[in-house]
Amino acid sequence: MISVMVLLCPWRFQLSADTALLNTPLNALHIELGARMVPFAGYSMPVQYPMGLMAEHHHTRAEAGLFDVSHMGQLRLVGPDAAAAFESLMPIDVIDLPVGKQRYGLLLTDEGTIIDDLMFVNRGTDIFVIVNGACKVNDIAHIQARIGSRCQVIPMPERALLALQGPKAVDALSRMVPGVEKLVFMTGASFDWQGADLFITRSGYTGEDGFEISVGNDQVDAFARALLAQAEVKPIGLGARNSLRLEAGLCLYGNDIDTTTTPIEAGLNWALQKVRRTGGARAGGFPGANIVLGQLDGTYPLTRKRAGFIAQERVPVREHVELHNLQGVKIGEVSSGLLGPTANVPVAMGYVDAANAAIGTVVNAMVRGKAVPMTVSAMPFVPNRYYRG
Amino acid sequence: MSLKYTEEHEWILVEGDVATVGITHHAQDALGDVVFVELPEVGSSFEQKAVAGVVESVKAAADVYMPISGQITEVNEALRGDPSLANTDPLGAGWFFKVKLSDASQVNALLDETAYTAFAASN
Repeated sequence: MISVMVLLCPWRFQLSADTALLNTPLNALHIELGARMVPFAGYSMPVQYPMGLMAEHHHTRAEAGLFDVSHMGQLRLVGPDAAAAFESLMPIDVIDLPVGKQRYGLLLTDEGTIIDDLMFVNRGTDIFVIVNGACKVNDIAHIQARIGSRCQVIPMPERALLALQGPKAVDALSRMVPGVEKLVFMTGASFDWQGADLFITRSGYTGEDGFEISVGNDQVDAFARALLAQAEVKPIGLGARNSLRLEAGLCLYGNDIDTTTTPIEAGLNWALQKVRRTGGARAGGFPGANIVLGQLDGTYPLTRKRAGFIAQERVPVREHVELHNLQGVKIGEVSSGLLGPTANVPVAMGYVDAANAAIGTVVNAMVRGKAVPMTVSAMPFVPNRYYRG
Repeated sequence: MSLKYTEEHEWILVEGDVATVGITHHAQDALGDVVFVELPEVGSSFEQKAVAGVVESVKAAADVYMPISGQITEVNEALRGDPSLANTDPLGAGWFFKVKLSDASQVNALLDETAYTAFAASN
């Protein structure tokens, strides 16, 4: 049991103990709510509240969960060339994204590996970008260095970010902010709540219907308390955020994707619009395009792929567990894994050689020296329930 | 015989030459919802502080160490079937295993309740 406290936050990007942690504007509220705080992405963040991870997970799938994700980076790209400039950093169609629409994006290295994954919205007057907390300093420097001469890159440290997720999120939020119910998945708009300007998208990181809400640091405490006063809403920590996103088949940057993985190895092919692929009107022209597009059209080797796995025994299989084929040869490694509270089986994602990535393939996860058979499985492990109108 | 504790957050109850072992309330609280336990084989022997089992929540995994040297005489099959017993009744129905002591003198060096409470509070 000696290592329990160390393992409470098994994710990467923890700072060493002597580095001062930052607080989000909701720090006082978290403590008042009895949260257990842990270091994450340089911030002191709630890993769970007194209700506990399992109950928080189930509550989010059944009702509505409120997440403080203010550690994430928010920024704006402004100027007539902003879309074309941003598109030069990603294998993504930015230029054709209609006003009010949100899209998933990937910043790539010159080798085609992933610097970060992000969400962006065409707001007409700017491109609003949300990046991972642990990556935000590097991301902003990268964007500034590469396209800072073509558009304004404006960090938004004055804004907090909340996520309200779950099938009843729309009921709770529309009671406070009428009109949000008209948004559909991957769209966003500005709203007003008691004089506070909100930018709300219908999106999230749980596989459920829900919203992400950008709100000023000065107003977020009052806004969060008003949300928590709604009957459907409970506060949810990072622990359940991780189990919810894994069941939804969504990658965690630092675990499942990083600067050693390309979008194609990660199975994020769906994120690359046709216009940026080989044969498209704006094919290539992003960092690492030769490698990424070559892996996509088969002209460049794809040696490993991300896959989902379900264990055939009730033994949790965690990150860094080795995956072997049935002949005992190592074929890969788990990147994220846990006992899925809703799936009610151990689920994992990881990288294996392409020959063993087909759905239905049985592999052995080597847990403490013992083989736990796992079946390569389609993701998500729990069906998505996005609201598409 | 009163309960004794280890700095690895196990409790041990010695009755004659057999001791029952489990994880403390503090340990189960730190772990959160326990979803899996791996228990030793009955008949296997362990030295003190050897890893004898595993306890896992959704968010964390931790080893269970042998508080004292000895041979496993019984494991809690009910806990294997319902790992949440480690949360709901850690000092009772959530016990892990029983061990026949090979060196009863090791018990004297374990923490008593006051010492353990102070240790847990400082960690």
